[in-house]
Order: sequence, then structure tokens, then C-alpha cells
Amino acid sequence: MNDRTPETASTVTRRGVLTTSAVGAAAAALPAPVLAAGKPEPARSVPTMPVTLKVNGRTRELELDPRVTLLDALREHLSLTGTKKGCDHGQCGACTVIVNGRRINSCLTLAAMHDGDAVTTIEGLGTPDKLHPMQAAFVKHDGYQCGYCTPGQICSAVSTIAEIKEGIPSHVSGDLTVKPQMTVTEMRERMSGNICRCGAYSNIIDAMSEVAGIDQGGVDA
Amino acid sequence: MKAFTFERAHSPADAAAKAVATPGSTFIAGGTNLLDLMKLQIETPRHLIDVNRLGLDKIEGVDGGGVRIGALVRNTDLAADARVRKDYGVLSRALLAGASGQLRNKATTAGNLLQRTRCPYFYDTNQACNKRKPGSGCAAIGGFNRNLAIMGTSEACIATQPSDMAVAMRVLDAGVETVKPDGTTRTIPIADFHRLPGDTPNIETNLIPGEFITAVTLPKPIGGTHIYQKVRDRASYAFALISVAAVVQPDGRGRFAFGGLAHKPWRVEAAERLSGAKEIAGTVLAGAKTTPQNAFKVPLVERTLGAVLAEAKG
Repeated sequence: MNDRTPETASTVTRRGVLTTSAVGAAAAALPAPVLAAGKPEPARSVPTMPVTLKVNGRTRELELDPRVTLLDALREHLSLTGTKKGCDHGQCGACTVIVNGRRINSCLTLAAMHDGDAVTTIEGLGTPDKLHPMQAAFVKHDGYQCGYCTPGQICSAVSTIAEIKEGIPSHVSGDLTVKPQMTVTEMRERMSGNICRCGAYSNIIDAMSEVAGIDQGGVDA
Repeated sequence: MKAFTFERAHSPADAAAKAVATPGSTFIAGGTNLLDLMKLQIETPRHLIDVNRLGLDKIEGVDGGGVRIGALVRNTDLAADARVRKDYGVLSRALLAGASGQLRNKATTAGNLLQRTRCPYFYDTNQACNKRKPGSGCAAIGGFNRNLAIMGTSEACIATQPSDMAVAMRVLDAGVETVKPDGTTRTIPIADFHRLPGDTPNIETNLIPGEFITAVTLPKPIGGTHIYQKVRDRASYAFALISVAAVVQPDGRGRFAFGGLAHKPWRVEAAERLSGAKEIAGTVLAGAKTTPQNAFKVPLVERTLGAVLAEAKG
């Protein structure tokens, strides 16, 4: 699993490496402790792959290095920069998009794993002229400050309401055998995968409550 | 990420055969843990085998009254399944106590069992870690180890298994169905699936190289009150300090498995013949090896178990 000697090294002998003084190639044949000291292993060339994504209703055909995440495919290859890269490790939720109807962290999945899948990004939810109701509610309730987490928050918020309507339970659901209720408590728990450094949480919940049709009177948000 | 080649498996047996045919292969299902580790170059597979489209995404009843959960069933779908909610509530509760909505939509049943520890020294490639780099030592012992194991530890490793789902699977006596590269199949009892660290903390399960998980089975329902109580530093989206999975019968007898204590879900069946949180916890934690930072887990287990027993009583 952690074998650091690449198969391609079969064409690169230690003797050959030592005599050519190719710094990059030398790193490949050096033992791991030396690599850890900062000598980079050379880029290993791998074949690209054809990947077809249906993004916001449009079929897009790409030719990608297998390492390209869905997030990077959207941002760097399709110029859909609405989806944001925050932590790039699935902790912050800024990269949340909706794939085949389910919200996921686009940073923690490879584009190649989604060949043929339908992806909805913030750009596909609404347009500046015709906002999605959740986008309009975020504007109305000031559900952001810097705005960096907002596309992920909105994709997650739309999915959260859909998941409650679908009957998917959560950690705060009472009786597992009945459908969960559309409450502020349910929405807050389900939004825990979206971090907002500016702390717009209470306004985000206000926006979501309006879209979900929850009367927050007397509810401790 | 280090470069890798990528291919899709056509069947479970094909996946297992492919895994041994190409050195450095790793299966990718949800990828939520694997890709995180690949970005940090803690995992450096040279070949990925995509197993997402093998039709292993169904939950079905089996003869004798149990259920078979396909390896690729997503955590959200497993937690939301009507039969699981009704008959195996502890499993739904455990799943819903873990990760975030986005991650549960992607993470799979088999992948959840195989997730790696969140020990900070495993994650920091500048630190010694026998799990990440065998023989390099363990910086966690004597380091910042508040979150780490107190049961079944070794001189080589005090990491914990982070899965909530696995703790519920342990209390339900699940079985892990696999296919090996030679095409033969077997069922591994969940009790024998994860290993204690010993001298080889880098080997976390008893799967052989290339062996592919096809399903997780649950025996017929055992009734009782199902509770999963997780104690963590945040109310949501945090790993357990400790957790208790419990199925308690009307007579007060129950089954109890614990998370956050060891390199595997921790269950001591002998303790289940006792009654009272103090007695049960005392037997479950016999031989505990604590550090000044994680010694709090001992009383926390007893108190959490006490709360679970009180809740079960109603």
C-alpha cells in the first residue's frame, strides 16, 4: 500500500539515475526517508480518461487525469466557479453540489466516478434574473457575510429540505418509525456539514425556515 | 495526490481478481475517507478500482428473518431504510450520529467498516506512526492522546477505530460477506473482522489482499430497545470520545458495544450477564490502559452506560 517505488521505475535503473543526474527521476529511486526530506517524486504520467457529466442540464464531455476531483472538474475544466474550494477535505461543505438528487462534497469524489451523472451546482439552481427561492431567501435574510460558503450552504439547504420531505431521519429525529418533522432543530442538525466562518448561521436558518414554510414564532433557533 | 490509473470493475469477483492483478491497487467506493488520505499522501495507491456500479446497493430480506445490506448501500439509505429503522434502530442511530449529511450520502456500508483512524499522528506525515509507516514508532503514546484508545492497545499503537456504524454492527452480531481473488466466498463475523493493533497496526482487518466485501448481513431482529449514545466535543459532526450501542430487553438484560475505546468496536459478552452500569462497565474495561489525558474515558463509559440503561427503562 505504501510502496513508494513506482512500476515505471523498471525503466529507470539506479545506475542509470546516478549517471544522468536527473534530479526528478533520482527521487523515484531513493528510499522513502529521503523523499520525506523534501525531494519530490517525479510526476508519473497516466492516461487521461473520457468523462461525461450532465451539469445543470447540459451534457459536457471532458478528457481528464483520473486525479481530477468533481470539484476541480467543475471549477477548472468547466469554468463553473460558483462551487467553492474551502478545506478540500470534506470538512467545510463549501464544495457541496447535488449529484443525482443528493448533496455531496464535490472535493471528496473523483470526476471519473461520476461518468454519466447529473450534477446541479449553484449556477444551475437559479440565475441572477430568476433566483431559486432559497437564493432569494438568503438575500432577503442576509444569510451570508463574505459569501464564500454561500453556494455550498444554498445547495445543502435545498437538499436538507428535500431530505426531510423525503422522510430521511436525522440524529435529532425522535421516533425513527415516523417521518421526521420540518423543524428548525432538524434543519440545524442536517446543516452541520456546512461551516460559516462569518457566523451567519441564524440568518441561514431564517432563510431556510421561510422556504420550508416554518413559523419560527416561539421556536428557539 | 500521487498519480494512479483507474478502471471500473464489472463484478465483485472481477474486482477481487483485478486487485491482485495490479500491484498497489485499492478499491474506491464512496471515496470520502480514501481521497482525503490520498490528498495528504497517507494513502498512495497506484491503481484505483471503481466498484460503484456493481449493483451492490440493495437491502434485502434473507431466509430466517435477517437482512443483507449490499456493500455499496450509502449510509443515508441504510439509516433511512424502513426495516432497519423498525428492527435495527441502533444501526440507524449510529449512522445518523456520524459524519455530515453530504458524507452520509456518499459513504458506503463496506467503506464505513474500512475507514481509517483519525489519530492526529496518523494524519501528520511528519510524525512517527507505526500504522502509517511500520517501524517508525508511535508519537501518540506520550503525545496528545485524549481521543485515543484505552482498551486492547499495544506498545506500537493506541489508535481507535472511528466508525459509529461498526459499533452498532458489533452489537447486532453482523456478518461481513466477501469474495476472494480466487472467487471463493466467506462470511466473517464482525467480532473477527477488525484486529487489535499488536505489532502490526498497519493491518487493520482480517481481509486477505484483494478480498472484496460484497455485503453485510444482520441476523433476525432481536427486539428490545435500541439506543446509540455518542459523547463528543460538538453536538454534531464530530468523532466519538466514547459511544455506547445498546439493545436492552424488557427484563433489563442487554447487549452493549462501545466505540472510541479501541482499535475495533469493543464488546465483552461476559459483562452482559451482569446488571448495573458500574458492574458492566467494570468488566468491559478490565485491563484498561489509560494515559493522564484519556483516563476520563473510564468514568465516562460507566456514566454513559448508566444513562443508556435509564433511558431503556423509560
